[in-house]
Amino acid sequence: MSRGEAPADQSFALIEKQRGALRIVALNPEAARLGLEPGQALADARGRLPDLAAFPHDPLADAALLTRLARICGDYTPSVQCDPPQGLLLDVTGCAHLHGGEAQMRDHLVARVAAEGLTVHTGLAKTPQGARALARFGGSDLSALPLAALDCEAETLHALTRAGFRRLGDLSRVSRKALAARFGMATTTRLARLLGEEDAHIVPEQARERVFAEARFAEPIGRTDDVLDVIEHLLERTAVTLRERGEGGRAFRARLHRSDGHVARLAVETGAPTRDPALVLRLLRERIDGLADPLDPGFGYDAIDLLIVHAEALPDRQVGLEAERKRPDDLGPLLDRLAVRHGPERVLRFVACNSHTPERAGTLRGLRDDRETTPWPEGQEDEPPLRPLVLLDPPQRVRVTNALPEGPPRQFSWRGKAHSVLRHEGPERLAAEWWHRRDGYQGNPGLTRDYYRVEDEAGHRFWLFRHGLYGLEVEHPDWYIHGLFA
Amino acid sequence: MGVVPLGETWLDQALAGGLRADGLHEFHAADPLDGATALGFALLVARLRRELDGRPLIWARQDDALGRPYGPGLVELGLDPDAVTLLMLKDGKALLRAGLDCVRDGAAAAVLLELHGRQPLLDLTATRRLALAGAASATMVLLARAQAPPSSSVLSPSAAHTRWQVAAAPSRVLPADAPGQPAFALTLLRRRGGGEGLSITLEWNRDQVSFRARTPLPGAVPAVAASGAADEQRRSTG
Repeated sequence: MSRGEAPADQSFALIEKQRGALRIVALNPEAARLGLEPGQALADARGRLPDLAAFPHDPLADAALLTRLARICGDYTPSVQCDPPQGLLLDVTGCAHLHGGEAQMRDHLVARVAAEGLTVHTGLAKTPQGARALARFGGSDLSALPLAALDCEAETLHALTRAGFRRLGDLSRVSRKALAARFGMATTTRLARLLGEEDAHIVPEQARERVFAEARFAEPIGRTDDVLDVIEHLLERTAVTLRERGEGGRAFRARLHRSDGHVARLAVETGAPTRDPALVLRLLRERIDGLADPLDPGFGYDAIDLLIVHAEALPDRQVGLEAERKRPDDLGPLLDRLAVRHGPERVLRFVACNSHTPERAGTLRGLRDDRETTPWPEGQEDEPPLRPLVLLDPPQRVRVTNALPEGPPRQFSWRGKAHSVLRHEGPERLAAEWWHRRDGYQGNPGLTRDYYRVEDEAGHRFWLFRHGLYGLEVEHPDWYIHGLFA
Repeated sequence: MGVVPLGETWLDQALAGGLRADGLHEFHAADPLDGATALGFALLVARLRRELDGRPLIWARQDDALGRPYGPGLVELGLDPDAVTLLMLKDGKALLRAGLDCVRDGAAAAVLLELHGRQPLLDLTATRRLALAGAASATMVLLARAQAPPSSSVLSPSAAHTRWQVAAAPSRVLPADAPGQPAFALTLLRRRGGGEGLSITLEWNRDQVSFRARTPLPGAVPAVAASGAADEQRRSTG
């Protein structure tokens, strides 16, 4: 199922770590023809086929592909169910005549999927289980299928084989009661479903329709205020649908269709799901104000539509008798507006990360970035600040003119200005995080840093470090300035 | 609207209680190297402003400002980084515009605008607008300015309630010759209602969330005793 990475005529395998070893999960036809099989350890397979290409198995991508195929199959029948990892179940009852019969429909579908670069096996039977068995084992006669088509546990399969059964047809001749008594109800249920004696319907995937509203006008409209009025109306309509679903929009897109065919798009995002038309309208107004070339209505817009591109759960909240007061410390709407006007990457918050390397310990992230963060460390009581207010990232080289090889700096010059160090505290020795380095575990762990908090004669406080241990790691360690204290 | 006391009794008396909690205050770095100092002082004033109502802070900064704001450093100064939102804006114009939006919104306790270099747009009208918006929304507006020629910063007309010059001051030495708590040499350049020329060196005390004079003022506790007691305490706890 991996596309585009391997040449078509070369053997390759998809591998995954199972029980401590890299094992083959799937193979391409060339590799299978050479005698490899899924479940084999990659090392064994490489022993037989040294130039076997291997790619990591990506179950999520497979699932996404399956969902996409399910959407294509939606053209043939409304009820399609994904049957992971590799199957799709289609209920074509009452649909086949639209495509000229079952066989033609199947051919059409196979050709359609082949155009996507995939090979499919199909089976057609009265029940989903029967169709799946036919697709897996081939043929058109269910009773001729091997017992493995029952898809039961290995033990049961073994016992059935020992009892002398070879094919499903052999089983159907035996009394079901006797079979159930010996091999369990599950076996007879499976058999009944396979042979079409009992029908378990599939549960079709229902793609959730996106919330959409549209307005068309007999006479084109042109004034921006009128346009916004229409959008407000559309927002109210979508809000009703969103409320029914218990959702709120996070991303909105309005399209203004001009009478000459030009389409202007306005897209906004909010920090939290919302159904409030006024809030979205304010963001859209910001967006219109901020456009490099203002909206040109030309001869007017003859249609406006609004799509909720992305929605998230937003449960109804109890509204008291008094109107809900805006929380005074709620920055959300303001930050949304700023993100729309200046760009979302410009509204940042401080995050702590679990690292002792200063530049990694505290970083900045966008508001939409919801990755988990670590709590901030507490400042030590009665200590002056040990970390700078402003971090120079990357650190800037300074020239230290007077220092013992392993001692504190006495004098340094930064940006062409000399500073003599009156007071200092240090070193605070921070080892390199070798596990972040490409070759860190091969004897190249990176240089240790010796940090000094220093104050010059005027009272400016700097954070300097010596890069590397003198004599042990480097001959002549360089000095850097890494931050400024308040 | 109330005032934000800085903590040093003598200074707060001279300022009639402290800095106006909904006013516009300017902090000018005395020297290009004092940029971080002026910024730090403005942040600490914002920290004190938060004591009044606990609303979050907004810090707006230019893309080309020196270095990057560092969360662990804020913690060390006694600010909660989670309560600070940072805006990185492309130039002074965008910064003033975004800043005015923030002040008008009124969701923040204080809005800190960090500007450096010449700011031709920051004139009397612009500062007046900020001051009026701050008074209307009970938001403190702080301007931290660095690397600006005096003609465009300390001498320019402004509607600010106070204008300070901030320089780094040598800190009180800790045992083993280590630099101590951050110290700020302040000069009051302008104040509505008088008081210009006032000059004092303040030291920030994170544990008590307040400033105090670095060298005790006339009439206060003698210097030796004050520093000795602090050192005793430091030795016994450390």
